[in-house]
Amino acid sequence: MRVVAAMSGGVDSAVAASRMLEAGHEVVGVHLALSQSAATLRESARGCCTIEDAGDARRVADRLGIPFYVWDMAERFAKDVVADFIAEYEAGRTPNPCLKCNEKIKFAALLDKALALGFDAVATGHYAQIVEVPDAGAPLGMRRELHRAVDMAKDQSYVLGVLDEDQLARSFFPLGDTTKPEIRAEAAERGFSIAKKPDSHDICFIPDGDTRAWLTKRLGAQPGPIVDTDGEVLGQHQGAYAYTVGQRKGLGLTVPAADGEPRYVTSTQVKSNTVVVGTHELLGVDHITGDHARWCGPAPEGVIEIGAQIRAHGQEYPATAWAEGEQVQVRLAERIRGVAPGQSVVLYDGTRVVGSATIVSAGR
Amino acid sequence: MTAYLDHAATTPVLPEVIDVVAATMRDVGNASSLHAAGRSARRIVEEARESIADDLGARPSEVVFTSGGTESDNMAIKGSLWRQTAKDPRRRRLLISAVEHHAVLDPVEHLVTTGQADVTWLMPEADGVITPSALTAALAEDPDAAAVVSVMWANNEIGTIQPIAALAAAAHEAGVPLHTDAVQTLGQVPLDLTATDADMVTLTGHKVGGPLGVGVLVVGRDQDLVALTHGGGQERQLRSGTLDVPGIAGLAVAVRYAVAHQEAEARRLAVLRDRLIDGAHALDSSITVSGFWERGDTTRRLAGNAHLRVPGCDGDSLLYLLDAVGVQCSTGSACQAGVPQPSHVLLAMGLSESDARGALRLTLGHTSTEDDVQAFLHALPAAVERARRARHATDRAS
Repeated sequence: MRVVAAMSGGVDSAVAASRMLEAGHEVVGVHLALSQSAATLRESARGCCTIEDAGDARRVADRLGIPFYVWDMAERFAKDVVADFIAEYEAGRTPNPCLKCNEKIKFAALLDKALALGFDAVATGHYAQIVEVPDAGAPLGMRRELHRAVDMAKDQSYVLGVLDEDQLARSFFPLGDTTKPEIRAEAAERGFSIAKKPDSHDICFIPDGDTRAWLTKRLGAQPGPIVDTDGEVLGQHQGAYAYTVGQRKGLGLTVPAADGEPRYVTSTQVKSNTVVVGTHELLGVDHITGDHARWCGPAPEGVIEIGAQIRAHGQEYPATAWAEGEQVQVRLAERIRGVAPGQSVVLYDGTRVVGSATIVSAGR
Repeated sequence: MTAYLDHAATTPVLPEVIDVVAATMRDVGNASSLHAAGRSARRIVEEARESIADDLGARPSEVVFTSGGTESDNMAIKGSLWRQTAKDPRRRRLLISAVEHHAVLDPVEHLVTTGQADVTWLMPEADGVITPSALTAALAEDPDAAAVVSVMWANNEIGTIQPIAALAAAAHEAGVPLHTDAVQTLGQVPLDLTATDADMVTLTGHKVGGPLGVGVLVVGRDQDLVALTHGGGQERQLRSGTLDVPGIAGLAVAVRYAVAHQEAEARRLAVLRDRLIDGAHALDSSITVSGFWERGDTTRRLAGNAHLRVPGCDGDSLLYLLDAVGVQCSTGSACQAGVPQPSHVLLAMGLSESDARGALRLTLGHTSTEDDVQAFLHALPAAVERARRARHATDRAS
C-alpha cells in the first residue's frame, strides 16, 4: 500500500514509519506544520511542531530513504482545534484537544488529502492496536476494530475513540503491540538520533503547560466570586472559564472550611461567572450524559455492559451504556469523581474501543 | 527518469569548475600571507577578480568576494544605509521593490523594526515591472531622506526583467545610489555594468554552475559602505575573513562560461521555455503564466523561467505529485520550515491569496533539454487532476 507516515519528529512516529517501510509498504513521510508561529526553535521537551521537530522528522526520513514533505495544516488546526479549545473553555467545559485533532486533522484533513493524492492510508505512532476480525457481512469479509495497546502505561486508544469505521479502515498504528521502552530501544538500534528525545506531553500548543495563564491571555481576566454550595462568597477568581470540576489547587481560598476538609470545584457557571466549591463528597456522580457520539464500529443496540474512561490516562470504570440518537447515556456501577463537562467519555468492551462521546452533564 | 526543472534554486556545477576548484584546493596558501605560497594564492584570487571584472564591464577593484547572494544583499543595503545615516541622519529611507528576494526583504524589515530605517515599498505593475516613473515619484516624496534604492534585476519567482538602467538613471537623478540583486540574471541577460550604471550588484556562483557559498558584490568605486564584518581587512576592508581561494577560482570560471554562452543559451532556453508554457496551455487552457511573457523574448522575461498558475490546485500538492514521478520543480515562493508561504511577489502583483495558491515555478538551465520539458508535460495532466481532487477534499472538509 501507499502510506503517509505522519512524522512529528518524535521517537514513536519515527519507529512507526520504519515498521511500515519494513512491512513492504511504499512510505512517504509527512510532517504536519500545525503552529502558526513555526519559526520558534523551542527546546522540545514537550509539544511538537517546532522547527527542530520538523528537522528531526526530516533526518529520520533521510535515514529511511523515504521522501519527506511538510504539509501546512496550521490554519485548519487553529480553527478546528485551538479555537474550539478556547470556545469550549469559554463555555465552561473542559475539552481534550487531542481527540479533536485526531478527529479533524490527523484522520480527516491529513487522511483526506493523502487519499486524494493517491495514498491508501495514514500511519501514526499512536499506541493502539487495530485488530481485524472475520465478519461475513463486511465488504472484504473482515472488520477492523480499535483496541488498547499492550503497553497500558502508554495506551492512547482513548484519544482515538473518535475514529469511525471508515477512518480505521485507512489507518495503521504499528506500535500497538510493543512497549515504550522497547520502542526506544528499537529507535536506538535503528540509529535514530532522536532515540532519547523526551516524550511530548500536555497540550502541544501550550508549551509551558500553564493552561490557565494561556486562556487568561486570550480571554482576558474576568474576576468573579468563588462561592460555596450555600452561595456564600469565599473568594475571587479571575475567570470561571479557567476552572474545571474536581479541581482543588489554585483556588486561593484563605478562609478554611468549617469542617476543615479540602474544597473542590463542583461546578462552574460561566453565565454568572461563578465558581462553586464544595466537599469531595459532592463530586461523586454515577450517571453521565454525552453527545457527539462517535462509534468505532457499528452503533450498539440496546443496553451494553462496558468500561468507561473519562480522561486520557485515567482508570476504566464498569458501567452500562445505551445510545439515544446522537447522545449516549452512561450508568456507572459506582460513584466516581472529577467528571467535567467537555471531557470525552470513551467506552470499552474488554480491550476494544466501542466509541466515545463528549460529556454534557453528570449527576446522580 | 528524472527531470530537474529547478535551476533557479541551484544549477549543476560545471565540470570545468569542479576541476579548477579541486586543483586549487590541492595548493596550500592563505591569500593574505606574504611568502611564496601566499603570493601564489593571492595571484589566483586577483586573476579571478580581473577575469570577473572583465566579463561584467567592471573594474577589478569593484569586485568584492562574499559568501553569496544573501551576504551581498545585506552588505549593500545595510552598508550603504549606515554610511549615509552617519553622514546625514535624515537619510534613512530605503526604497525597495516589493518583489525582492527575502535576502533583501528581511534585512530591510530588520532595519525598520529596529528603528534604523524607514521604507517605501515600490509596487510593481500587474506584469511585475517596477517602472522608473514609480521610482521617481517615490523619490520625490521626500528627496532628502532617501538612502538607497534596491530593485532586483530579474525576479526569482516569475522571471520578470526590470529596466535597471532606467531605474539607475532615475535614482541618480535624485542623487541616490541603486543596488540590484542580479543573481538570476547572470548568464541569461547581458550584464554590462558600464552601460547599466548600477552602483551595487549582487551575484552568486551556484546559479551559473559555479561553487555554492561564493558570490560577489560589485561595489562602485565611489560607493562608501560600512562593513558588516571586521577583522583582517580583506576585500577593501568591506569583508574581512580568509579568502576562499578555490571557490573564487571556480566562480571566475563559471562567470566566464555564463557570459560567453549567454546569447546562445538564452535563445536555446527561450525555445524550451515557450514549448513548456505552450504545452501546459494546450493540456489545460485554464493554466496561466505569471508576469510578462512573449514567445521568443529574452529581454523582458528570463529565458529559463516559466511560472505557471494552475487554478483549483495547491502548489505543494503539485510539487509532491511531480516529485513522485521524478519531475523536480518549485512552488516559487519562500519556505518557512518546509511550508510554502503565499508568494509575496504574486500578492504584490495584485493576485488574491487563493489565485496565488496553485503556483509552480519551472526553471531551465545549462543542462536542460527538450526531454525535461516533455517529462514535465507528460506528468502534468495526472498531477493536476489529483491535486484538484486533493484541494476539493480539503475544501470540503473545512
